[in-house]
Amino acid sequence: MSAPLLWIFFPLFLSGLLILVKNQKFVVLVACLFTLFLTVAAWLLPIDIAIKIGGWTIKLAPSIEILGRYLTITSADRSFLALVYGSAFFWFIPTFSLQIGQRLISLGLAITSMLVAAIAVEPFLYAALIIEMAVLISIPMLTIPQQKPSKGVIRYLIFQTLAVPFILFSGWLLAGIEANPGDLALVRQAATLLGLGFAFLLAVFPFYSWIPMLAEKGHPYIVGFLLWMLPTATLFFGLGFLDRYAWMRDTPSLTVILTTVGALMVVTGGLLSAFQQHLGRIMGYAIIMETGFSFLALSLGSQTGLETFLLLLVPRTLSLGLWALSLSILMKQAPDLSFKAVQGMGRSWPFSAGGLILANLSLAGMPLLAGFPAHQAVWEILARSSLPLAFCALIGSLGLFFSAVRVLAALANAPEGTPWNSRETPVQKILVMIGLIGLILLGLFPQWAFSLWTKLPPIFEHLP
Amino acid sequence: MLAIQFFGVFWMVQAHWSISMASVKLITGWMACAVLGIARLNTGTVGDLDTIWPQGRLFHIFTSAMVFSVTFALSLHVVGWLGLSLPVAWGSLLLIGLGLLHLGITSDSFQVVIGLLTVFAGFEVVYASVETSALVTALLAVVNLGLALAGAYILLGAQEKI
Repeated sequence: MSAPLLWIFFPLFLSGLLILVKNQKFVVLVACLFTLFLTVAAWLLPIDIAIKIGGWTIKLAPSIEILGRYLTITSADRSFLALVYGSAFFWFIPTFSLQIGQRLISLGLAITSMLVAAIAVEPFLYAALIIEMAVLISIPMLTIPQQKPSKGVIRYLIFQTLAVPFILFSGWLLAGIEANPGDLALVRQAATLLGLGFAFLLAVFPFYSWIPMLAEKGHPYIVGFLLWMLPTATLFFGLGFLDRYAWMRDTPSLTVILTTVGALMVVTGGLLSAFQQHLGRIMGYAIIMETGFSFLALSLGSQTGLETFLLLLVPRTLSLGLWALSLSILMKQAPDLSFKAVQGMGRSWPFSAGGLILANLSLAGMPLLAGFPAHQAVWEILARSSLPLAFCALIGSLGLFFSAVRVLAALANAPEGTPWNSRETPVQKILVMIGLIGLILLGLFPQWAFSLWTKLPPIFEHLP
Repeated sequence: MLAIQFFGVFWMVQAHWSISMASVKLITGWMACAVLGIARLNTGTVGDLDTIWPQGRLFHIFTSAMVFSVTFALSLHVVGWLGLSLPVAWGSLLLIGLGLLHLGITSDSFQVVIGLLTVFAGFEVVYASVETSALVTALLAVVNLGLALAGAYILLGAQEKI
C-alpha cells in the first residue's frame, strides 16, 4: 500500500460513495470515523519504513505514479496530514446537529483529499491546478439549490481561477532560474507572477472583497470550513516554494512584502470588521485578519517566525469552528444574521451567543483564550523590530475586539422582561461547551497545540 | 462561438504539440460547450442583465479595439520571449485580454464562466509552448470541464427559482 492511496484516493473514493447515501447519521458517522482513522494513522504510521503489527508487516510506500508524474507523501508531511484530517474530523462532527451533513461532508472530504494531493504532487507547481479543482468542487456547497448564487460565489470562482495561470507560468520561469540563477530579469518576472498568483489564491489585499460577501450570503459553517481549509493548504503550498528556492527565502524584499501585505490585511480586516452590521461579514473580516497574521508571523523570519505561524493554526481552527457553529445555530432561528435580525437573541440562545462572542474575542487575541499566545507572540516580536508595525497589528485586533463588543450589545439588547432560557438542543449545547472549554484550555496550555509540530518530523527541510 | 473558439485553440496548440495531444483541447472544449449549451437550453433565458459597466455597442467596440491593440503590442514581446509565432502569440493574448474584459463588464454567472473559459483557453495556448506534460493536459482538461459543470450548476440552480 502507498501513502497517497491511503490519504488521497481512499478519502476521494469514500466521498464519492457518501454522495449516494441518503442517511445523514450514517454519512456523519462514517466520515468522522474515517477522518479520525486518517489522523491517527498520520500521527502513528511512519512512511517508507516497515512496521510489524502482530504477525503483519506493513510498509507505506511514499509515491504513486500518474501519467508520468508522482504523488509523493513522505514522513515530513505527516504533521500536515494530521492537521488537515484532524481539523476535518472536528469540522464534520457538528454537521449532524446542523442538518448539513449531506451537503458538507461528501464534498468536504473530497476537497480535503484534493488539498492533500495538492501538497503531494510532483512537480509541486501542479498543485495550483489541483487547488482549482477543489475550488470547483466547493461551488455546489456554496450555492443553495433553487437559489441564485451570490456575487461572493462568482467572485470567489473568478479570483481563484485567475490564480492558476499565474502560478503555472511562474513555475516555468522558476525552472529557468534554476538553470540560470544570475538572470535578475527572469527572477523579477517569476516573483511578480508568483506574487499575483498567491494574491488571488490567498485573497490578499485588495483581492479579498469576495470573503465578506461569501460569508454574508453563504451558510456560515460551510464558509468557515472552506475559508479555513483553502487558505491553510495554500499557505503550506506557498511555504513549499520558500523551502525549495533558496534565492526566494534569502531575498530581503520578501520580508518587506510579507510585512506590508500582512499589516494591510490585519489593519483593514480589523477596522472594517468593527463597522459591520452582519455577523457573517464580521467572521469574513476575521478570516482576512488571520491570513494577515500568518503573513506577519512568516515575515519575522528565523525559527521563531515559522513556529509562530504554526502556533496560529490550531487555535484558529478551534475559534473559527466554534464561531461558525454558533452562527449556524443562530441562523436557523433568525431570518438573516444582520444585527437587526439577531437583536436580543442572546437571551434565548445563550450558548450560541457565548460561543460567538468568545470565538470572536479569541481571534482578537484576548488573554486567557486560545488565540492569545500566538497573537501575543506576533505582537511582541514585531514590537522588537518595528513599533509602527506592532501598532498596526494591535489596531487590527482592537477593531475585531470592538466588533465583539458590538455583537454582544446586539445579542443582549432584548426587550425588558424577556426571560433567560436556552433553546439550543442538548447536542448543540454540548458541542458549544466543548468548543468553549477547548478555547480556554488552549489559552492556558498553548504548548498542547504546538505538540503537533514538535512530536512529528519537521515538515520543511530548509526553512529554519 | 465558444465551440469555434476552442477549434481555434486546437489549431494554435497543434503548432507545438502532436495532433493527438492537441485534440484533447478540442474535445474538452467542445464537451464544455455541450454542458453549457444544454444547461442554457434548459433554462431558456438570456441570463440576468446585471452588469457593472456600460453596455452600449460603441463601448464594446472601443474596449475591444483597445484590447486588440494592447495585445498586439504585447505579442511582439512574447514572440521573442517564448519563441512563438506572431499569430499564435497574438491569438492567445487576445483570448486572455477579451476574456478579462468580459469578466470585467459582467456579473452574470453564465457570462462569467464563458469569460473564465476564454481566459483559460488563451493561457493554455501560451502554456502549450512551454509545457508538454500529459498530467498537466489532463488536469487542465478537468479544470475546463469543471468550470463548465460549475457554470451549468449555477445556471440551473438560479433558474429553478424563476
